[in-house]
Amino acid sequence: MTRPIVEARALHKHFGALHVLKGIDLTVAERELVFVIGPSGSGKSTLLRCLNRLEEPSSGSIIVDGIDLLDRHTDINRARQRIGMVFQSFNLYPHMTALGNVTLALRKVAGKRRPEADAIGGAALARVGLADRAGHYPNQLSGGQQQRVAIARAIALEPRVMLFDEPTSALDPELVGGVLAVMRELRESGMTMVVVSHEMGFARAAADRVLFMDEGIIVEQGPPAQIFGEPREERTRAFIGQIQRH
Amino acid sequence: MSSWDRFADTFLNAAVMAKYLPNIIDGFFLTVGLAALVVVSGIAAGLVLAVVRSLGVRPLNWLIIFIVDLFRALPPLVVIVLLYFGLPSAGFTPTAFGTTWASLSLVLMAFAEEIFWAGITAVPRGQWEAARSTGLTFWQTLSSVVLPQAIRLTIPPLTNRTIAITKGTALGSVIGLSEILSQASSAVSFSFNPSPLTLGAAAYLILFLPVVVLGRWIETRFAWQR
Repeated sequence: MTRPIVEARALHKHFGALHVLKGIDLTVAERELVFVIGPSGSGKSTLLRCLNRLEEPSSGSIIVDGIDLLDRHTDINRARQRIGMVFQSFNLYPHMTALGNVTLALRKVAGKRRPEADAIGGAALARVGLADRAGHYPNQLSGGQQQRVAIARAIALEPRVMLFDEPTSALDPELVGGVLAVMRELRESGMTMVVVSHEMGFARAAADRVLFMDEGIIVEQGPPAQIFGEPREERTRAFIGQIQRH
Repeated sequence: MSSWDRFADTFLNAAVMAKYLPNIIDGFFLTVGLAALVVVSGIAAGLVLAVVRSLGVRPLNWLIIFIVDLFRALPPLVVIVLLYFGLPSAGFTPTAFGTTWASLSLVLMAFAEEIFWAGITAVPRGQWEAARSTGLTFWQTLSSVVLPQAIRLTIPPLTNRTIAITKGTALGSVIGLSEILSQASSAVSFSFNPSPLTLGAAAYLILFLPVVVLGRWIETRFAWQR
């Protein structure tokens, strides 16, 4: 087995008196797609946000692509270029075009000159099927298109791992498919991915491993067929039963 | 003499106006220069304070809030009088121009800081997170992502506030700054005729009406679209 891309050990996170992550161990192998499910408040988004230190873990260790994220000497801004993140609410920069959104970090962080950044950004937009929308501002794009631009913004930096925080939760149902198709394409191209989502169909079809979290711990994990088909833990069963009724 | 003639002789006396026009013009240019300086330094200082405040250093923020609240609460005239008559006993004698400039700049700084700060906090957290997640530093995020959005939000209120405070240049007349109002009132005392005040009012209109119109245009131009 190759070196894991993500290695989190004994992660704890406290928000004041609230103990949100209670000792999470998570290893993600290269090219693996790990899917995280769990009730709201289970800590799954917090876990994801710890993996690029948007959230500062209270204790534990996180190594991404060989870089110790919690080491004081680590340049977190450099490390973050290798960790793409996609948010529930897209978070595109409203004052910039789609291409401007995608190329900002290429120019400011990766130090590319504008023609080169534009070429890379254009290719990233083409990859998410939006080459013809490069000059559009976010408010001129549908939610699904905005999320695809956000994915292009992350992949343009050629990350080693992509984190998805409920990427389709804010979308109208008819727009979900386009975003999932892009994620599927990414997965098939070999991108390592950690996805927090409620899209169980996508999980079944594309995930290598499904993680069920509840109350700050990983209750159970395994291949999608096992977690959705024959969960071992009572809490997992209850949760799966609940979402499948809907 | 009809009452109209009496009125015209009092407020629109051509001979008096012609005589004192050069003084009013001097006052006009002094006021323009002072107003421009106040706008530049007041807004720049306010932006700097708002940016420092966004660093989130507690004691520094308390200090900023204290300064800002102080100058928002004090009437500008009080600041001017206090500095002009207070500083000499501290061994420093300021000019009337310097005092008016510094006082109005401080007041504009205080209001501008609050407006910029409101703009910065109105930019959603997700914007910071998205930018930081791509490796942008705090300063890069602030300058490329947050401030462009914040400043756009702040332009209408800032324009209004700036107009209101630059009109305070007239307060300099209290400490003998020879700006428009002061030129006009001394002309009145020399000529025993209030017509120079009409001239002064006209000068203020020539100066501020375009600014007010420009402000209205900026407000519609920068109305936030999402």
